[in-house]
Amino acid sequence: MSDLQSQDYVRRSASTMTPPVARSHEDQVAKLIDVSRCIGCKACQSACMEWNDLRPEIGHFEGSYENPMDLGPSVWTLMKFAEYENEQGNLEWLIRKDGCMHCEDPGCLKACPAPGAIVQYANGIVDFISDKCIGCGYCVKGCPFDVPRISKKDHKSYKCTLCSDRVSVGLEPACVKACPTGAIMFGSKSDMTHWAGERIEDLKSRGFENAGLYDPKEVGGTHVMYVLHHADKPSLYSGLPDKPRISPVVEAWKGIIKPLAVAGIAFAAIAGFFHWITVGPNEITEEDEEEAARALRGEREPDPEEKS
Amino acid sequence: MTRPKYAITRYTTANRINHWINAGLFVLLLLSGLSMFHPMLFFLSGLFGGGQWARAAHPWFGVFFMLSWIGMIIQFWRVNLPAREDIAWSKAIVQVVTNDDEHVPPIGRNNSGQKAVFWAMTLLIPVLFLTGLLIWEVYFGEATSIGVQRVAVLIHSLAAIAAILVWVAHVYAAIWIRNSVRSMTQGYVTPGWAWHHHRKWFWDLASGQRDKTTPRKHP
Repeated sequence: MSDLQSQDYVRRSASTMTPPVARSHEDQVAKLIDVSRCIGCKACQSACMEWNDLRPEIGHFEGSYENPMDLGPSVWTLMKFAEYENEQGNLEWLIRKDGCMHCEDPGCLKACPAPGAIVQYANGIVDFISDKCIGCGYCVKGCPFDVPRISKKDHKSYKCTLCSDRVSVGLEPACVKACPTGAIMFGSKSDMTHWAGERIEDLKSRGFENAGLYDPKEVGGTHVMYVLHHADKPSLYSGLPDKPRISPVVEAWKGIIKPLAVAGIAFAAIAGFFHWITVGPNEITEEDEEEAARALRGEREPDPEEKS
Repeated sequence: MTRPKYAITRYTTANRINHWINAGLFVLLLLSGLSMFHPMLFFLSGLFGGGQWARAAHPWFGVFFMLSWIGMIIQFWRVNLPAREDIAWSKAIVQVVTNDDEHVPPIGRNNSGQKAVFWAMTLLIPVLFLTGLLIWEVYFGEATSIGVQRVAVLIHSLAAIAAILVWVAHVYAAIWIRNSVRSMTQGYVTPGWAWHHHRKWFWDLASGQRDKTTPRKHP
């Protein structure tokens, strides 16, 4: 996305200073995807392409309803189809709309080295500011959901913006607008959580006793949430992580090592400087040259320990 | 190149060209790499024309650096082999860093500090090269899993920090031990310098035991 709302950042990648927060009095938003009401029509995928002017390359049929087979720089949302045989031996077709989860604690933003290339607005949306992206791929390593994709054309990273441009002017995201069954809802996070609660009650009353809300606490909650009939096993839904978290490897790399390393390098340089002004340079003397000259004239033999 | 009468060649022209290609690439790698490591140092990417350029150029600097370092290994591995005298010299490290050279045991062409720099870099540079390939998004972004890349980027960072610390020590030592820089720019040292800092090497040269790896002018 472009940089539309520079005064309401709550997080900004690779920034040591507080981002502008003057306009941060905003409700947290959330998109609620009710998997139990999805019919897999892909209207959301089409709406996403249309609103965001994305045209992925035409691919090949791979023997699956999934089309294309993976998220991409021009595929920001994708219906994923999983066939699951439940305990009663019945087939369940679990269809999940995949895309950026808009984590409250975004791993992509934590990993990003380019100042301001990834931002989080006060409403919770995590957005890539593409002109600041340098194409390093660190966001891919930071993301617990395997969402960002780097374009081979412009070497920039792309993902769902939660239609931050639409949301900023009071519209719902394009996928929400297009969904014919109301499986995708949008509003304040508290409203969506409340609404999900009603849906989950309903599902439980119809025999899905493990129905629940997917709003993983390990990443501080997400601004895209799912109502799942099998909330005890999110991985049934085409590999939705059971316990998503920013990898400890990324946490170490972008946490303690970063300041320690810079301090260590600075310390080494300063230690050198102070060695110079205390011990000082090691210079040879006239005597060294004279001794060496005598040795070269054969007037001196090496001491035993000086022989190799 | 004008040299004093009794100059001793310490580094050949090939040694020096290779070394300074290395040095230039190391500095470019350090600046572009640190720009992607710490936000406070992102401004360094401006030296390369911006973040995208720093990101694009860094791995290519790395490829040429690896090649250049292979040249260094070929030219310098022999003079950096451990020797018995290294133990005594290392034990006298306090005397070494306090310029108390009277109490530092005599050593050959390289002391164990110099050898440590060489072998540390010989270990770290291939590690940096291989982990760097794994995180080279443009060509190898899809070659390995994200889990592998996460570990690779962590190892790459740690190895880079270690290499930078070794480099700081190397640069400072060259400044501290006067006339070392001239040996790597103009190639020669005076007999007194060899006498003072590398006395066994000096005697090797003086007694005509021509060290195969040390081309020299007879004084």
